[in-house]
Amino acid sequence: MRHTISVLVENKFGVLARIATLFAARGFNIDSLAVGETETPDISRMTIVVRGDDRILEQVEKQLNKLLDIIKVIDFKETRHLERDLALIKVKSAKNNRSELIQIADIFRAKIIDVSADSVIIEITGNEEKIQALMNMLRPFGIKEMCRTGIIAMGRGVK
Amino acid sequence: MIKSGAEIFIECLLMEKVDTIFGIPGGVLLPIFDKIYDSPLRFILTRHEQGAAHMADGYARSTGKVGVCIATSGPGATNLVTGLATAHMDSIPVVAFTGQVATNLIGNDAFQEADTTGITRPVTKHNYLVKDVRELEQTIREAFYIAATGRPGPVLIDIPVDVARAKCEFKKLDKVEIRSYKPTYNGHPGQIKKAAQLINESNQPVLYIGGGVIASDASKEVIELSEKANIPVTTTLLAMGAYPPGSKLNLEMLGMHGTYHANKAMQNADLIVAVGSRFDDRCTGRLDAFAKKAKIIHIDIDPTSISKNVVVNVPVVGDAKNILKELIKHVKENTHKDWLKTIEEWKKSKPLTYKNDDKLRPQYVVEAISELTKGEAIVVTEVGQNQMWAAQFYKVKNPRHFLSSGGLGTMGYGFPAAIGAKIANPDKTVIDIAGDGSIQMNIQELATAVLNKINVKIVILNNYYLGMVRQWQEMFYGKRYSAVCLNENASSGDKHSKSKQKKCMDYVPDFVKVAEAYGAVGIRVTNKKDVKTSLKKAFEIDKPVVMEFVVEPEENVFPMVPAGAALDEILTHLA
Ligand SMILES: Cc1ncc(C[n+]2csc(CCOP(=O)(O)OP(=O)(O)O)c2C)c(N)n1
Ligand SMILES: [Mg+2]
Repeated sequence: MRHTISVLVENKFGVLARIATLFAARGFNIDSLAVGETETPDISRMTIVVRGDDRILEQVEKQLNKLLDIIKVIDFKETRHLERDLALIKVKSAKNNRSELIQIADIFRAKIIDVSADSVIIEITGNEEKIQALMNMLRPFGIKEMCRTGIIAMGRGVK
Repeated sequence: MIKSGAEIFIECLLMEKVDTIFGIPGGVLLPIFDKIYDSPLRFILTRHEQGAAHMADGYARSTGKVGVCIATSGPGATNLVTGLATAHMDSIPVVAFTGQVATNLIGNDAFQEADTTGITRPVTKHNYLVKDVRELEQTIREAFYIAATGRPGPVLIDIPVDVARAKCEFKKLDKVEIRSYKPTYNGHPGQIKKAAQLINESNQPVLYIGGGVIASDASKEVIELSEKANIPVTTTLLAMGAYPPGSKLNLEMLGMHGTYHANKAMQNADLIVAVGSRFDDRCTGRLDAFAKKAKIIHIDIDPTSISKNVVVNVPVVGDAKNILKELIKHVKENTHKDWLKTIEEWKKSKPLTYKNDDKLRPQYVVEAISELTKGEAIVVTEVGQNQMWAAQFYKVKNPRHFLSSGGLGTMGYGFPAAIGAKIANPDKTVIDIAGDGSIQMNIQELATAVLNKINVKIVILNNYYLGMVRQWQEMFYGKRYSAVCLNENASSGDKHSKSKQKKCMDYVPDFVKVAEAYGAVGIRVTNKKDVKTSLKKAFEIDKPVVMEFVVEPEENVFPMVPAGAALDEILTHLA
């Protein structure tokens, strides 16, 4: 199963290595990892997306909790939450299909943020399915390059 | 008060009531050793950093206090790794200090630089690289707190040489608080009630206790619980000494070389109450055939231990002593007459035994030691057959009196750990029960023992083999003895020739001469009838003594649950 895990950590060097070691030691491949400051500057939040056996992942989450420097671990599986990822996609484009690309981007509420003679760069924000859907539409044009920030997630409501 | 990093190091150790440090100096440690020079701390100069780490471990295991060791950057630090991993696997509180190259050189492949925190991350509970002297005091205090609390474990602090030299205000902090570290000590009352109910309903319960009982000093509570409801108790290797050996409720050790009745009891239990034990594969045998009928209560301070290997019905997270105290109140008295009778029959049918003939057998030596010391000595073991015979035949009476590398199984642990234990317990007899292979892994510490007048006794059960590996080769690899004879060139000649086997019987090394070369006393015993008199003599000598017992070379450890077999598929003799 796919898990989106949010980890609040002390903003110190070495913390990322500790977390990465835990996943690596059990042969988990991390799908995505995003790190940034929180509302409290000395605390960072890491959002980790990982797939694997639920029982082993539960074990990994307990191990994460046990690490010093980790303040809190949330697995979003049961809670209502939002996920967002940002992707930059460089697509082959000539004069004759540029308007078609603009249309597609519009439908997805994506933005064209750079245009050159033979390509455009499209910026899209959304959850995984939305980005996948756009990718599928763009593939026939020829995707030259893509990069993504990795998923960040937040629980809905009060907390 | 303004102090240097090196001075802060000393101040913090004194505040933590450290009396002894084990280690070896080096270039980047010069500022710190200059302060050790006229500090009240006792410094034990070892001959290898691995020895220092095991000594700190032995000191800690035998007292419950934090053991402290120190090593220089690069090779000094890498030499500590096995000792840290050993302590980590067995949850032993140790604080290790390493010197590091100056902060401006870190990452430059400087002379004697190693990424110590990177290397030791998986073998410590936590570790630190201190990049600013202003963090040193807080870090050292945190390290001791982390090492000793929750599930204990080793913590390493890497101190660059310029940080040891730099100065800052020494605050004399009186308390440490870590927001990301809050161990749970009290069990959930609801869970405790559920556990009590399961116990009260059970007909065939077993208490399965591990190192956590020793760590939490809960031996008394285990005894009280087991006696109140007549629940038999089996101990892991790490819990030896937590339950009195004479008791009818004591099933002794379970697992791969556990007793027949302990393993049978586990397999037939309707309830297993695990306390501070972690269902290690050496204890459970094949998991899918483990204790099929049993419900499981698991009391442990570490939530990650729970439901890791076996699914638990009632987990109770917290300190064993606290939880047991509560639990006892809710548990009703019971005789469990039928259950105890069944167990007694198992015990009678296949007791722990060995061939008691004229030959000098290793089990006899251990039994003799047990008898002569009345089970009251601190026994430390190496790894292999010697370790299992020590566990089976030394009837240890007290907690923290049986020290053995259980989780990692580190050959070379015993002797240095014995030195650490003797330093912490100068009035007790401390004996390292050793194999001829293992003892050679840290034999250099004879110098440390002799020079510091640390009167430990080494009992080498010399079978001329890496015996435990030989036993497996005998039983599961058609007696093809590959690289297990300690006195032959493993890659030369015909492995099956008679002359070859004879060559195995020379003295390499001559342990008596080795002992004498270091200034210790060496005694060789080759006859069964000399065992007790020689032991008595050795115990009376006020010096480190190396005793070599030339035992039956191909003696095997039984009972045995072969790897991958279920606990009740237990062999009590060769097929
Ligand atoms: C450092 C280390 N290397 C290798 C092993 C694998 N091993 C386990 S038992 C054993 C043999 C130990 O021989 P000895 O000390 O003579 O003990 P015996 O089994 O003969 O009593 C070996 C090599 C180990 N446990 N530790
Ligand atoms: Mg041997």
